[in-house]
Amino acid sequence: MRPYITLVRRELSGFYVSLTGYLIIGAIQFLLGLCFVIILQALDGKPFDMPVTEAFFNNGLFWLILLLAPPVITMRSFAHEKFSGTYETLMTTPVSDGQVVMAKFTGALIFFLSAWLPLIAYPFILREYSVDLTDLDLGALGGTMIGLLLYGGLYLSIGCFASAMTRSQIIAAMNTFVLGLGFFLASFLHHIIPVKPGWQSVVFHHISQIEHMRDFSRGMLDIRQIIFYLSLTVLFLFLTHKAVESRRWK
Amino acid sequence: MGEESAQNEIPMIEVKGLTKRFKKRTAVEDLNFTVGRGKVVGFLGPNGAGKTSTMRMLSCYMPATSGTARVGGYNVYTNPDEVRRKIGYMPENNPLHVDMRVREYLKFRARLKGMRVQDSRRRVDYVTDVCGLGDVQRKLIGHLSKGYRQRVGLADALVHEPELMILDEPTIGLDPHQIRTVRKLIKELGKTYTVLVSSHILSEIEMTCDEVIIIHQGRIIEAESVEGLHAKMSSERQVIAEIAAPREELMDYLEHTGEIEHFDVQPADGEFLNCALTPRAGFDLRPQVFQIAREKGWQLRELTRTRHSLEDIFMRVTRRDEEDGF
Repeated sequence: MRPYITLVRRELSGFYVSLTGYLIIGAIQFLLGLCFVIILQALDGKPFDMPVTEAFFNNGLFWLILLLAPPVITMRSFAHEKFSGTYETLMTTPVSDGQVVMAKFTGALIFFLSAWLPLIAYPFILREYSVDLTDLDLGALGGTMIGLLLYGGLYLSIGCFASAMTRSQIIAAMNTFVLGLGFFLASFLHHIIPVKPGWQSVVFHHISQIEHMRDFSRGMLDIRQIIFYLSLTVLFLFLTHKAVESRRWK
Repeated sequence: MGEESAQNEIPMIEVKGLTKRFKKRTAVEDLNFTVGRGKVVGFLGPNGAGKTSTMRMLSCYMPATSGTARVGGYNVYTNPDEVRRKIGYMPENNPLHVDMRVREYLKFRARLKGMRVQDSRRRVDYVTDVCGLGDVQRKLIGHLSKGYRQRVGLADALVHEPELMILDEPTIGLDPHQIRTVRKLIKELGKTYTVLVSSHILSEIEMTCDEVIIIHQGRIIEAESVEGLHAKMSSERQVIAEIAAPREELMDYLEHTGEIEHFDVQPADGEFLNCALTPRAGFDLRPQVFQIAREKGWQLRELTRTRHSLEDIFMRVTRRDEEDGF
């Protein structure tokens, strides 16, 4: 346990002590701010009929953040250590492969979530300055953060996997982005393929991340969706573990 | 007491039939050697001989294809965590986190190797002192010179009180002054720890080690104490002498001296002649040459025995292998 905590702290200090970390946070804040401005313009003088959090998710920029941030956050995790050689010093300490994988993943997840924290402020700002939006839906806000946690978990585990497969940060980031984009685009399958009764439409509906996020942002937590994200996250972490282990049998 | 002596009887490293094959090539084949406690052992071989592969297997970074290796009695494959705790390993090129400060890095490594906060603080103070890092402990590793980085690597290998230090090419890429410092440090460490140090420079191993294992193309070709190797090699060492003498007289002397098996005389500048003399096995020709020069009143301006380079040793040992084969 002690090495695990030490490694998580090292990961976090890698993000928060370096300029890269703040660049990522800055970029996320910039895009979030743009989101907010677009919502404000859309709402200007019109009645408002959905939770503010949901309005965020209907915005393309929001998804852009979700797709771009994980590759940038995780590309360093394994690839950089392999490239600089510190991977060898790390793997010759009495630390198990599993601990290393979990520590890298935890560090990335904590950083990712911390970059989203300012999102919480936006509904409060809206309530402060709007005329009729007096009640704040805390459930929706909570659901959103849980949704982000699950999303972050999945995309970051994909990122860890891609990073463990290569020595090049660029390749790691590209692979993460492409895999993530693939998952995201699968959301549109049930729009593209005409809905007809049958198992396909049920499956397509269940893997649609846009649908999932809509539910989360309304404050609805569906156990099936939670299992969907958790199981995929575990799968990719398992694959990462295998990739780390592969130096033994390659 | 009894337990302790039993502990001391277990060799620090015990390697039996160790083989590592990669997809297309064999890195090492059937290595067998033992390293006793408290020894400084040099692992000598040209680049690509299999030194790094062996060290990586010993430090549990990668498993062997076949054969076993034990460190302090623990099998590297079945008990990797125990072995890792016993080993302080510094890989080739000494990779470090350049974005960390020296002290921060050493503390991080100590904690990673399972030390408690208080212990790690005490140990970091100690290794900082031993490796002479006191002045730079607050500096970023990325801003340090290569010599200092090497010391940070050594401090890292040392921080968790290992019993065995494995150092892969610790002096590579350093300037002569830094090489000297690092060698001195290794020699110093050898008084307390068992050290396995790899190098492709013969003189380096001669200066720092008690024993030497020579590895070539993945096989051990010689495992010997440094003195033993010296004795073996010095018997055939050539003597170079530069003498100002009448040519005929000198040739006559050389031809009629029984201890000289072969000689080659070339004119040097001025009156001097450069003689390369190969002695019969076991003879040191230098006193004799000096004696004759003094008797005849010849001027003598150089009298040296050639040193064997690593290449010579390889040439000789591999040649002997071939001869054995026939």
